[in-house]
Amino acid sequence: MEKLLLILVIILAVVGIAQIAKVYQVSSELQKRREEDISPTSNKVNANLWMLFMIAFFGFFIWQFVAYGDMLLPVAASEHGMAVDQLFNVNWLILITVFFIVNFLLFFFSWKYVHSKNRKAFYFAHNNKLELIWTVIPSIALAFLIIYGLNVWNKVMDEPAEDALKVELYAKQFDWTARYAGPDGKMGESNYLLITSQNPLGLITDETIEARVAELQEGITKTKNKLAGQILPDEQVEELEDRIGSYNRQIAKILNFKKSNNDFTTAYDDIIVKGEFHLPIRRDVAFQINSRDVIHSAYMPHFRAQMNAVPGMTTRFSYKPVISTDSMRTILDDAEFNYILLCNKVCGSAHYNMQMNIIVESEEQFEKWLSEQKPFVEPDAIKAKKGSEEDKVVEDGPLAEKNGN
Amino acid sequence: MSATVEAPEAHAHSHEHHHAKESFVSKYVFSQDHKMISKQFLITAIFMGIIAMMLSVFFRLQLAWPGESFEILNYFLGDRWAPDGVLDRNMYLSLVTIHGTIMVFFVLTGGLSGTFSNLLIPLQIGARDMASGFLNMLSYWFFLVSSVIMVASLFVETGAAGGGWTIYPPLSALPQAMPSSGLGMTLWLVSMALFIASSLLGGLNYIVTILNLRTKGMKMTRLPLTIWAFFITAVLGVLSFPVLFAAVLLLIMDRSMGTSFYLSDIYIGGEALDPVGGSPILYEHLFWFLGHPEVYIVLLPALGISSEVIATNSRKPIFGYRAMIGSIMAIGFLSFIVWGHHMFMSGMNPFLGSVFVFTTLLIAIPSAVKAFNYITTIWKGNLVFTPAMLFSIGLVSTFVTGGLTGIILADSALDINVHDTYFVVAHFHIVMGLSAIFGMFAGVYHWFPKMFGRMMNSKLGYAHFWMTIVGGYGVFFPMHFVGLAGAPRRYYQYTDYPMFDGIYDLNVLVTTFAIFAAAAQAIFLFNFFWSIFRGQRAVQNPWKSNTLEWTTPVEHIHGNWPGAIPVVHRWPYDYSKPGKELDYVPQNVPLTEGEEEH
Repeated sequence: MEKLLLILVIILAVVGIAQIAKVYQVSSELQKRREEDISPTSNKVNANLWMLFMIAFFGFFIWQFVAYGDMLLPVAASEHGMAVDQLFNVNWLILITVFFIVNFLLFFFSWKYVHSKNRKAFYFAHNNKLELIWTVIPSIALAFLIIYGLNVWNKVMDEPAEDALKVELYAKQFDWTARYAGPDGKMGESNYLLITSQNPLGLITDETIEARVAELQEGITKTKNKLAGQILPDEQVEELEDRIGSYNRQIAKILNFKKSNNDFTTAYDDIIVKGEFHLPIRRDVAFQINSRDVIHSAYMPHFRAQMNAVPGMTTRFSYKPVISTDSMRTILDDAEFNYILLCNKVCGSAHYNMQMNIIVESEEQFEKWLSEQKPFVEPDAIKAKKGSEEDKVVEDGPLAEKNGN
Repeated sequence: MSATVEAPEAHAHSHEHHHAKESFVSKYVFSQDHKMISKQFLITAIFMGIIAMMLSVFFRLQLAWPGESFEILNYFLGDRWAPDGVLDRNMYLSLVTIHGTIMVFFVLTGGLSGTFSNLLIPLQIGARDMASGFLNMLSYWFFLVSSVIMVASLFVETGAAGGGWTIYPPLSALPQAMPSSGLGMTLWLVSMALFIASSLLGGLNYIVTILNLRTKGMKMTRLPLTIWAFFITAVLGVLSFPVLFAAVLLLIMDRSMGTSFYLSDIYIGGEALDPVGGSPILYEHLFWFLGHPEVYIVLLPALGISSEVIATNSRKPIFGYRAMIGSIMAIGFLSFIVWGHHMFMSGMNPFLGSVFVFTTLLIAIPSAVKAFNYITTIWKGNLVFTPAMLFSIGLVSTFVTGGLTGIILADSALDINVHDTYFVVAHFHIVMGLSAIFGMFAGVYHWFPKMFGRMMNSKLGYAHFWMTIVGGYGVFFPMHFVGLAGAPRRYYQYTDYPMFDGIYDLNVLVTTFAIFAAAAQAIFLFNFFWSIFRGQRAVQNPWKSNTLEWTTPVEHIHGNWPGAIPVVHRWPYDYSKPGKELDYVPQNVPLTEGEEEH
């Protein structure tokens, strides 16, 4: 019933407008008014509307700046972030000036030079001097902006200091995991083939290799049983056979890791955290960024930091935090405030909620926090393992996957 | 040269002969007449535009009032995608994706170039028709089929493609990554492949026609700027669309044939996948190699149209005709070497990034020249505010306003923080969305008499324009602020982040303006369709314009001119020329003795 009414209203509205248009047209015909002859009144009204629009537009801009200015570009909390903000300010100064001047000229001329029968337009086809001026001036301004911008860019993308803290940011649908190199200062190697629920980052150790191979072999047995146990449609048979092939190839690849002479013990002391990660103040942090499934982007707006997480490729970004979480809470007068890491490349249904808190604190606080975190494999467990042949993986601790989504 | 004039004439006679026994199907459906094909493109694009606009209103509702129930969503999207009137988060992404795809490709590429290149190229250069009427017809039918497939993909059970209009793999390659990467994505890819074919057929035809079928006296330096813009646009399309085709083809192979062009080291849905060695970055390079010229494929025709409309209605020659051509060419050339500015944060080598910073900022120079030339054209003009003129001036404003924020985004150091935020959304919607759609509206109002032999109502045109520019800026201007606050694009909601509490009222403001602007389009639709049947009958040259299309009869005929094709003696911008009685001198009027060309 409601829909019917709605449709009726729409139809009536259309008919109404059509009638008005018709009346308008009949009256134009009576007055011999032609649609293409824009009357002086119409011209005048539109000319004035340009002025009105300009005032409203500029007013809207200024109002937004006043009302929302404090929200723009949250206070920069990294060393390079301050340089970036300065570059922003210089750009804004130039761009907003040009914005006002050019729009003003456009609207003002539209108002001033409205049609008049007593006037003929000025025949002005070209003027090389003028054109040269507005080629050269933008060129100079842009040359300045390019040089200044690239200067900042090179500093931002510079190699981090040697003693930089190494942190891996690892993305998957739909959360982040952070990993620290641990006491040995070396980030353990990882490979996606070794990912299990116990080993969400696919770290390579003798134990994870064995565990994953065992898991794959179990998968093969299960699939074979399924194939043997029941009559299946051809398509499904093909799919299951493909799976067996894939598992076998994975096992072969994984066993190849062992043949390399790499040291796989560096991963033992790596520290894996979820939910939030901590950073020491005034020390370079070198992030290596990885993804296991689709492209994500590690975006830390307060630090003016962003870099895509690309499957199959490690990307890097580094910065030096200069304002601790506590100080920022005081600056913003917000006791709840936290720095955050967001995902900024569409990655699926829960893309909008893929966040991790970042706590910036003093070196001592940071070291204390880090020492409280569990390493990938507890030192006791390593000793125990060396004693026996069992491949035991730590059950509790930070490894158990907590996928909130 | 005379041979090119006479040969088509013989052609025209055979056409006229043909005219009498033309059936409905050959006249309106499988027409090979460029004027009819242009109308087909326009009307298809209008329908696509309505759909894309409605999709945007749907997701704007969710952004302004997250999680709230809207009956209208349930009405259009059904219980599956809007249970209890709350938009599903997968559907949100599909809406965003299809809105972008339709607007960029179907409305502003197919619709804009298809309509006005088809209508104006033969008419303004003095040709009987396109070089190949048959290819032209095919171009439309490929376009129509691809449009239908794209819209149909909205009705797929797993949802239409949802990875954003850029469909970066692996998200778009793996149905495990999101349900809409299944059949929905397949349809997207098929539709785009057909669209590219349509665009190439059209583009080749435009280029050949412009180069070969100009009438006597129509030197390249006497072409209206519309034709120059369409010409460079077609060249850009022909050179860049095949690259997208390759990208799409490789993606199809990755999806269904087990190749690994874009995939490597992926663990998803509890399984480690086989592909190794591919790179998603390859896709990004291929995509943006089209993607950036695409921006100018969308924008240049609009700039061409506005050049013509502004000169005509300022009753004044376009200022710096040669500089305008030069800047179109410079923009066209540069657009091929700037694609990397979409990829500063992709993990690409920072040094390569700085090269793209340099080339990208160079584009600002020809763009600035264009903007200043427009303003100088208006200066000391005698402005007649037809609806087309209003839209053209609006275009100059949006082109400048949106272009300026491009300088921020081109600067890689600044891009770090605003990349993929609403700042980008604001930037490209103003500089290419609003500008191009303003150009399209200007074109429709200006050439409606040529297309349909009737006039559109100017009063309704005024209402449409003022509501659209207020709504347009009202929608996209606040988005700069949302983006600078750090809000990423393509987020279903921001309620999980205390830092984004401040953007709520802005989002409400944006959505309110979006609904207002969408409602304003109803005025246009009514005016358009009503005027086709009931508008005042047009005279031959309503805007007192110089270009050749206004020398053809109001009634459409095959071959465009009943007699000989006019010969061109002057450039198209002799408005208010000193020493002339009238304030316009059409291109086919010979120079008087001692008169200088310009």
